[in-house]
Amino acid sequence: MDTASWIIKALIIVGVFAVTLLIATYSTLAERKIAGFMQDRLGPDRAGPFGVFQPLADAVKMFFKEDFIPAQANKWLFIAGPCLSMLTALMTSAVIPFGDTIRYEEQTIAVQGVELNVGILYVFGIVSLGVYGLMIGGWASNNKFSLLGAVRAASQNISYEIALGLSIIAIIMSAGSLSLRDIVNQQHGFAWNIFYQPVGFIIFVTCAFAECNRTPFDLPECETELVGGYHTEYSSMKLGFYLFSEYINMFISSLVVSTLYLGGFNYPGMDWVYAKLTALAGDTTGHNLATLIGFLALFFKGLFGVFFFMWVRWTVPRFRFDQLMDLGWKALFPLAILNIFFTGAGEMLGYHGFTWIIVGIMTILAATNAVKAPPRKMYPADV
Amino acid sequence: MQLTNRSKEVSKKEMTFAERLYLPAIVSGLGITIKHFFAKKVTIRYPEVKRYLGPVFRGQHILKRDDEGRERCTACGLCAVACPAEAISMVAAERTKEEKHLYREEKYAAVYEVNMLRCIFCGLCEEACPKQAVYLRHDQFVPVFTEREGVVYGKDKLVEDMNARYNRDSWTKEEWSEKWKNERV
Ligand code: SF4
Ligand code: SF4
Repeated sequence: MDTASWIIKALIIVGVFAVTLLIATYSTLAERKIAGFMQDRLGPDRAGPFGVFQPLADAVKMFFKEDFIPAQANKWLFIAGPCLSMLTALMTSAVIPFGDTIRYEEQTIAVQGVELNVGILYVFGIVSLGVYGLMIGGWASNNKFSLLGAVRAASQNISYEIALGLSIIAIIMSAGSLSLRDIVNQQHGFAWNIFYQPVGFIIFVTCAFAECNRTPFDLPECETELVGGYHTEYSSMKLGFYLFSEYINMFISSLVVSTLYLGGFNYPGMDWVYAKLTALAGDTTGHNLATLIGFLALFFKGLFGVFFFMWVRWTVPRFRFDQLMDLGWKALFPLAILNIFFTGAGEMLGYHGFTWIIVGIMTILAATNAVKAPPRKMYPADV
Repeated sequence: MQLTNRSKEVSKKEMTFAERLYLPAIVSGLGITIKHFFAKKVTIRYPEVKRYLGPVFRGQHILKRDDEGRERCTACGLCAVACPAEAISMVAAERTKEEKHLYREEKYAAVYEVNMLRCIFCGLCEEACPKQAVYLRHDQFVPVFTEREGVVYGKDKLVEDMNARYNRDSWTKEEWSEKWKNERV
């Protein structure tokens, strides 16, 4: 690659980085706004019109708080914890294909940080690293509750990583490639993986919730049981980093979900748009414009993902810890294996959407079970 | 006994398979929250928008004048005695001949002070007053103060202005519930 393509690549990387940070910043506002709206309130609206400066105000507040390190804490690990959280949260975005390609003076540059042929393994590896940030922070705080919170986070993440990995395997089997770009390219137009892997999609999304420590799986933070969870001892911008990395994680995991299941930068009618644009603006510009539209498509999918995360958060109450473990090990894990089995059988027989059988069986089971179930015995309200 | 007709009876039956799948319940829950997302918001943006508080709201004190513009208060001190917070203090004075148009009674309050940091807006002063002189207005709060100097309200702030007389604006429940519904200041 020559200098120009290096520069373009660098710009892409910086752009991705900036966009991710911006989204994470405004997710904090969006979270509170959405929480407000879902509870028939307005949410914060005092800092600027509609509260658009609220994140700035929050950042100023965070920075001016006392940066406190407990006397008995392991100082370096205490600082390393939030940094590691932030780092791992940001690193995943490197391999996500944000768009098709940019053409520039006879060169074709992919809109992607790094084109890795084992991209999906990389994502998986970084996701498992993410738990170290929490674990180190909780451990270094030298505080029982922080440690308990961290242990919870670790056990939860490890449990759900299994189902997560297994649901990805089904995707890999049907795509025949570990490269995220290949997987996206195979979902051209409206041939999104969600239509072939409905069960895998549900498993993956559930596990993504658990990996991000979001409701209904937000057990690592629990005021009533654990004071504040793994970040009990944190204050100022270190706490800010932890909170921030949660929002980055949310955005990135919605991007990963979009890439794997919702077609990435593909959208229905993209060929038509591409033909129109190249006819209108010439081959190079038209191609670049089409890439831009693809990028926006992915972007909106990501934003909708973030919205969905929040939507669920303000709808569903959290699980109890044993229920969480039950769900992970006794429900999602076998289901994921079943999913792999059916995907494999489907691939062998040449049918793509074989896993719909699981959905069918489940629906029939649920329906018959509901019909056969004895009527609810009501306890009179006035005893 | 049932206190509300919205209470649901509890069932301790085992969950069916559909219920144990969680998904149908979660989806219906998501439906409910998204409905609220687009619903009309109940928030009133307070300092800009104010709500009608009703004719019996107890706000800032006012020392009423009679129809001829004379102060009604006779400095009997009953309000100060009734006040549980000991917020009221006054100095009485005798009315001279030239002051007949200013004070209705022969004795009047030369100084009448309410300490707004002490006052709990219970309204006992207005109940105690035999001359219908002191009232707590329903339409005006005691504004926020940031300095101690502004805390004690003297006669300059309390006595009614004849150009902007204070009247209760609704007397029946129908009247004020109509206002309650409509009035957003
Ligand atoms: S409202 Fe109550 S507390 Fe306030 S001055 Fe009157 S009697 Fe005292
Ligand atoms: S306000 Fe009423 S109760 Fe108080 S001193 Fe005057 S007349 Fe007496």
